[in-house]
Amino acid sequence: MKKYLAIILALAMVFALAGCGAGKSDKITVGIINNDPNESGYRAANDRSLKEMFTEENGYEASFFYSLKNDEQIAAAQKFITDGVDYLLISAADTAGWDTVLKDAQKAGTKVILFDRTIDADPSLYEASIVSDMAKEGQQAVDWLKSQNLSEYNIIHIQGVMGSAAQRGRSGALDDEAKASGWNIVAQQTGEWSADNAQQIVQAVIDAKTPFNVIYAENDDMAKGAVAALDKAGITHGVGGEVLIIGFDCNKWALTELLNQNWNYDGQCNPFQAEYINDIIKKIEAGETISEKTIIMNEKGFDATTITEDDVNNYGI
Amino acid sequence: MEKKTNILKKFVGNQLFIPLVALLLLIIFNLINDPSFFVITILKTKEGFPVLSGSLISIIDFGSELAILAIGMTIVTAATGGQDISVGAVIAISGSTMLRVLCGTNPQPDKLLAPIFVAFLVGALAAMLCGAFNGLLVAQFKIQPMVATLILYTAGRSIAAWINENRLPIIGEPSFGYIGNFLPGVPIPTPVFIAIACMIIIALVQKFTNLKLFTQAVGINEESSRLNGINPKFMKFMSFVILGLFVSVAALIKVTRISTITYSVIAKDIEMDAILAVALGGNKLSGGKYNIWASILGAYVIQFLTTTLYKLQVRSDALPAYKAVVVILLVIISAPAVRDKFAQITKKIKAKKAVNGGV
Repeated sequence: MKKYLAIILALAMVFALAGCGAGKSDKITVGIINNDPNESGYRAANDRSLKEMFTEENGYEASFFYSLKNDEQIAAAQKFITDGVDYLLISAADTAGWDTVLKDAQKAGTKVILFDRTIDADPSLYEASIVSDMAKEGQQAVDWLKSQNLSEYNIIHIQGVMGSAAQRGRSGALDDEAKASGWNIVAQQTGEWSADNAQQIVQAVIDAKTPFNVIYAENDDMAKGAVAALDKAGITHGVGGEVLIIGFDCNKWALTELLNQNWNYDGQCNPFQAEYINDIIKKIEAGETISEKTIIMNEKGFDATTITEDDVNNYGI
Repeated sequence: MEKKTNILKKFVGNQLFIPLVALLLLIIFNLINDPSFFVITILKTKEGFPVLSGSLISIIDFGSELAILAIGMTIVTAATGGQDISVGAVIAISGSTMLRVLCGTNPQPDKLLAPIFVAFLVGALAAMLCGAFNGLLVAQFKIQPMVATLILYTAGRSIAAWINENRLPIIGEPSFGYIGNFLPGVPIPTPVFIAIACMIIIALVQKFTNLKLFTQAVGINEESSRLNGINPKFMKFMSFVILGLFVSVAALIKVTRISTITYSVIAKDIEMDAILAVALGGNKLSGGKYNIWASILGAYVIQFLTTTLYKLQVRSDALPAYKAVVVILLVIISAPAVRDKFAQITKKIKAKKAVNGGV
């Protein structure tokens, strides 16, 4: 009796496996390696858009792996390659150390697409890299600031964590323009992406009685902290206020601040790479070649005087 | 003459001496650099209430959280001879819990779902539970405090995000913001009052209970305190729970300052400043005797330094280096070993003087 049962069970398993195999053949399998979605609103939106795109209805079979640690990500990549996924999508925690894995992937016929972050590896090892151009984001914001034609520019510049890609790009644009146009940067400090620190930085400038009329904060949280300090001192801000507020990342709540005219400008850091990745996979599957490996996403900047309710809903993260 | 030197000796020997000297140096430095540092003016807030404003006000305002944390950190240090490095992460957990109670599942509620006081109680409970977890690992399982608290240090911010299912609650209700900013009509920032309240409470507790005596006894010699009828495990456990309570107060201030929370960066690295405050106060980091007022003063010295550095407009990439140099100097001077050495040297000099005088 037991023997029969064992045989039946074994047969069932074989059929189940065959079933799996059949499922695999008509779906594209993707292994997605991403940073922890709890990291930031940006990452949460990024993860959400990937999950919405790579569904069974869209013809994909996706597995996800999250880690903020490079070595764990590399181990997961190795596992995905052994599992034989068709595509490996990577948002690397760190730029170094990926060479061997990418070579293994190439040998195994797994196609690699990088998103959000580039890595230091030969471009022949991956199909495409879909990234934001932080310097361009900064430039857009600075161009907007220039177009405001203020009679004088006294800027409090609150930077992100020093050396991060976002900080370097967004600071670089402002530094260059300040030099070229003779803008006065009254304070330049790192808030390390934190609202608390930004509040203290702005408070210190207020305490020193240094006049200022622009706050350029490299993310929304720091802009919020800066505004908290202004409110405490009764300094008006936003459209028609004494101080212009510039933030980045387009969080939904930040865009609402724009809509309420409390802030002036918010630069987007586009987390919606999923569509771009989908396009590339479709192209590769259709046998087309990808001409340009580095794909820079379109990113918007919103002005409080022109933003609409729809913008908040469509682009807020 | 004899009496005078005695007073001086008493003063120099006091634990408060080092942080006071550090404070004095910072004050003198700022006086020379720019006397306007000490000017306090009256401004009108957004709501139109007149309030005091100036660097000094900023220091006692922004130093509040650190001073409150320093109280709890001193007790943990004294009892266990180790430090809790999960403080910042537990602030995130506690703050997130408060916002969860107030907002429910709607990130931007029109009306608060519960009174702020209730939210604080639940947040305090969460922080004390985290403290109990740390305390259990340290007291019962005898894990090194820094290793035990490393668990929540690593996982805490993810837990905080998970409590609100990664939503970003923002509270529009103005009365919530009063706690972290100004009460209407009161010209001094509310966190200052909260910090003073915490100090009064700990002063009363120390006066009317055996907390200080027992904590120090456990910290100095666990075995002999046990033989004298104190339960060292319980004291260690309680020290973490007490720290949890103070952490929740700091969390309340943090979330009410800007009426929202960012899980990954709220109160980042604040545990390091809190430990530093304890060290700066001349307390032995290996446990035993402590002076809570020295730690609190140490906390304000650190905030004084931070505000000074912000005011000086030190280049952002160089800021941590500047802070490190000052901190190293302060900590070395206030280290018990160095102070003992100083005491020895002064003793020798005195002895020599006495001999010479005798001849």
